[in-house]
Amino acid sequence: MTDRVDTPQTDVAVSSTVPETGPDNRIVVENLNIYYSDFLAVKDVDMVIEPRSVTALIGPSGCGKSTFIRSLNRMHEVIDGAHVKGSVYVDGEDLYGPGVDPVAVRRKVGMVFQRPNPFPTMSIADNVLAGKRLNSKRINKSDAEDLVEKSLRGANLWEEVKDRLDKPGSGLSGGQQQRLCIARAIAVEPEILLMDEPCSALDPISTLAIEQLMNELKSTYTIVIVTHNMQQAARVSSRTAFFTIDGTGQPGYVVEMDDTDVMFSNPKQQSTIDYVTGRFG
Amino acid sequence: MTLTEERPAPADTASSITADRLGRGPQLAVVFAAVVLGALSWAAEGQPNWARWIIVSLVAYCVGIYVVSRWVEGPRRGLDRFMAAIVTSAFLLVAMPLMSLVWTVIERGTNRFDTEFFTETMRGVVGEGGGIYHAVVGTLIVTGLATVMSVPFGLFTAIYLAEYGHGTRLAKAIQSMVDVMTGIPSIVAGLFAYAFFELLFGPGTRSGIAGAVALTVLMTPVIVRSAEEMLRLVPNELREASYALGVPKWKTIVKVVLPTAIAGIITGVVLAIARVIGETAPLLVTVGLAQGVNWNPFDGRMTTLPVYTYYQYVQPGIPPEAGQDRAWSAALVLIIIVMALFTAARILSTVLKPKGLR
Amino acid sequence: MTITDSPPSGDTAAAPTEKTSKLGDRVFSGISLGAGILILVTLAAVALFLFVEAWPTFGADVSEFDGSDTFLQYVAPLLFGTIWAAFLALLLALPLAVAVALFVSHYAPKRVAQSLGYFIDLLAAIPSVVFGIWGIAVLAPILSRSVYPWLEDNLGFLPFFAGPASTSGRTMMTAAVVLAVMILPIITAISREVFLQTPRLHEEASLALGATKWEMIKQAVLPYGRSGVISGAMLGLGRALGETMAVAIILSPADIITVNVISNQNPNTIASNIALKFPESSGLEVNRLIATGLVLFFVTFLVNALARRVANTGFSGADG
Repeated sequence: MTDRVDTPQTDVAVSSTVPETGPDNRIVVENLNIYYSDFLAVKDVDMVIEPRSVTALIGPSGCGKSTFIRSLNRMHEVIDGAHVKGSVYVDGEDLYGPGVDPVAVRRKVGMVFQRPNPFPTMSIADNVLAGKRLNSKRINKSDAEDLVEKSLRGANLWEEVKDRLDKPGSGLSGGQQQRLCIARAIAVEPEILLMDEPCSALDPISTLAIEQLMNELKSTYTIVIVTHNMQQAARVSSRTAFFTIDGTGQPGYVVEMDDTDVMFSNPKQQSTIDYVTGRFG
Repeated sequence: MTLTEERPAPADTASSITADRLGRGPQLAVVFAAVVLGALSWAAEGQPNWARWIIVSLVAYCVGIYVVSRWVEGPRRGLDRFMAAIVTSAFLLVAMPLMSLVWTVIERGTNRFDTEFFTETMRGVVGEGGGIYHAVVGTLIVTGLATVMSVPFGLFTAIYLAEYGHGTRLAKAIQSMVDVMTGIPSIVAGLFAYAFFELLFGPGTRSGIAGAVALTVLMTPVIVRSAEEMLRLVPNELREASYALGVPKWKTIVKVVLPTAIAGIITGVVLAIARVIGETAPLLVTVGLAQGVNWNPFDGRMTTLPVYTYYQYVQPGIPPEAGQDRAWSAALVLIIIVMALFTAARILSTVLKPKGLR
Repeated sequence: MTITDSPPSGDTAAAPTEKTSKLGDRVFSGISLGAGILILVTLAAVALFLFVEAWPTFGADVSEFDGSDTFLQYVAPLLFGTIWAAFLALLLALPLAVAVALFVSHYAPKRVAQSLGYFIDLLAAIPSVVFGIWGIAVLAPILSRSVYPWLEDNLGFLPFFAGPASTSGRTMMTAAVVLAVMILPIITAISREVFLQTPRLHEEASLALGATKWEMIKQAVLPYGRSGVISGAMLGLGRALGETMAVAIILSPADIITVNVISNQNPNTIASNIALKFPESSGLEVNRLIATGLVLFFVTFLVNALARRVANTGFSGADG
């Protein structure tokens, strides 16, 4: 199913309006408008994100991609006055429904940030367990060790750090720190993993390592990644959404969303073509 | 690769993202119950005991909100609400003595806020009457002298540290010693000034200038610290532009760097004055107390406002109420002066800031 | 230092400019250097002068003093009282200060928080003599009426509350409470600064893992701020050690060493003792008082040096 825009660029993709209880971890975004107090930052987003796949969000700076992805785990509202209108359905449950606890949402939907941020006062092992410790009263030692190993293996970091699990997390290289953050995120066993420009602070070798990791992770998790790097989007994702903005002070919006190879070889909208061929952005 | 084996059972249900939340109504009910419980704690005595009321209510609220929230929302949310209650209670608890102090000084201090108080001295006064005229004069003279001595002292030291002595060992030593100076107890500074003048002029000397020396020891490190910081904030580009025009270094400092930093420096000086104007201990040992006005800082004792306050309270004479009234009024004057200085510093720092800098 | 390719407009000759500027530079830098050196001289002078004044105490015959104590016997209870009072004040002030700092940095509404911060700074400037008269006039009666009898009745088996409970309230505990209120603003101000500096990135990392607000504070804010809080606490301790007037006004002193905090017999502090005795003292008494001042100088010097050490080295979490 593709989300195609038939109307001029000021309008947005129209897709299924009925949230389907389909396969697990499918995300259905419906009529989402994101506000900072009174300012509309992102408008009228409708999209479906298929489970166990990698979906890339591309677009020029400031068009709301980060704002949008942060609304998927309700991190957006951490800022004073920030709120949304609309719905985000995961497994048929609206994340913004009444009675929903944002804290519980964030356990289900994990996030990796642009700059690696392992807790500096904790060891590598403690970093991995940080999220798990919040949710369970006591993890006995062997369970903890198993979880640390599993998560670090899952993040392709185990071999490199297995001999120094009690050293601080800040002693690693940038790429290793980012993989540590990924290990920390998957240790709480989320269903969805959000990545906000995870490689923009890393060197090319580390970037490659993370991209390979994404390829392995997608068989377990639904991954949404924001990236400035179109080549990266082309490499890792199966579906891509293009965001843009008409000018400063205007809200960002989705222009087009399609299979990745279509988006980069034969997109439908003119502004997509312009962006993808490098004419602006 | 899935992580499904040996997953420890999580405390809350893994797949549900909804949770019972404590509504506004129940929260307010807990507040109300706590307040009532607090009222009950003094009810038997008939008269409201504010301190006990507030304390008991706060404790009751903290415990109550924890129990209720934990029951409805679960242990993690319960702890979260409990800590929020604790932190807020701490704030209110701390506000109590401070409010009490301000209230007491205002209430009791306004008793003697009359013209006589500001124009009379204590010469010949045993009971009623009397005023702080001589104390105000003394404070102005001693603090004024201290400012005159400590501002150039502190400013030039700061200039050395910021402009000349970058990274040298001497500069590092001076910075450490400035740190040490900020930690000198005020009474020790007073003893030093006393010793200084005694060894130079003989024992038993009390004089305004000795007090000024003691205050200088206390003020200078404060001025050095803030002035140095202000000078460092001046962008290097300004200095380089001046050098490129052929202006010598000392003129650059005087004509370019100092005027740019002047707002912060003045603020630092005003704050240093605010800090020492209420100092009692060093003046007690160096300047002493006098009954009337003494305009000569180089000869003899002089009354200053904080020392006056102290003696009027602990040696009030007969009747004691008269002395204590004078003490409270003097305390009120002190607080007003300190607040005024603080506000002035605030205003100056915004008004004097050169446009376009930061 | 001066680049005189094209002299400043109006000047024609480079040479006179250079000469006067060189002189000006030399004078000016000389004055600045002098001021800096004067700092070192002053500090040396403080130590030296105090020592010279104190010296006669150590050699003097015991009988020349009132009370016939050796210096050690004289200063021991005072030193104990100084440290004990400051310790109690820190015990009361530190948890409250950290809680208030957290309140201002993370819990209070943003608009209010800045004014609160300013207000706390203002409170740090209230003169100690004012705290002293408030303590004896308002706090002491309240405590002696409501708290001390209760403590004696219910916890009197502990040596701290053995009593007999003072009716005037002029006790070590009252003094410690007032001291705590006095040092609280400085600890709060430093802690608040440090809590506000917690990198947003770490706070968000915690929240994104599904932490509640308190859990985030435990995970990201407190570990980051730990060394700052400790340094603030030591600074507060230093203040409390040197505090004179509040203790002098409130405490009812006696020449004993005791941990009983609610009775009328309390060890005095060095500073308060000096304030009480100095105005009427003469001769060798003065020397002895100054000698105790020297002891106080050492103690505060040590505490402040420790605070500086912690502030400089203990900066965990400075990166990232």
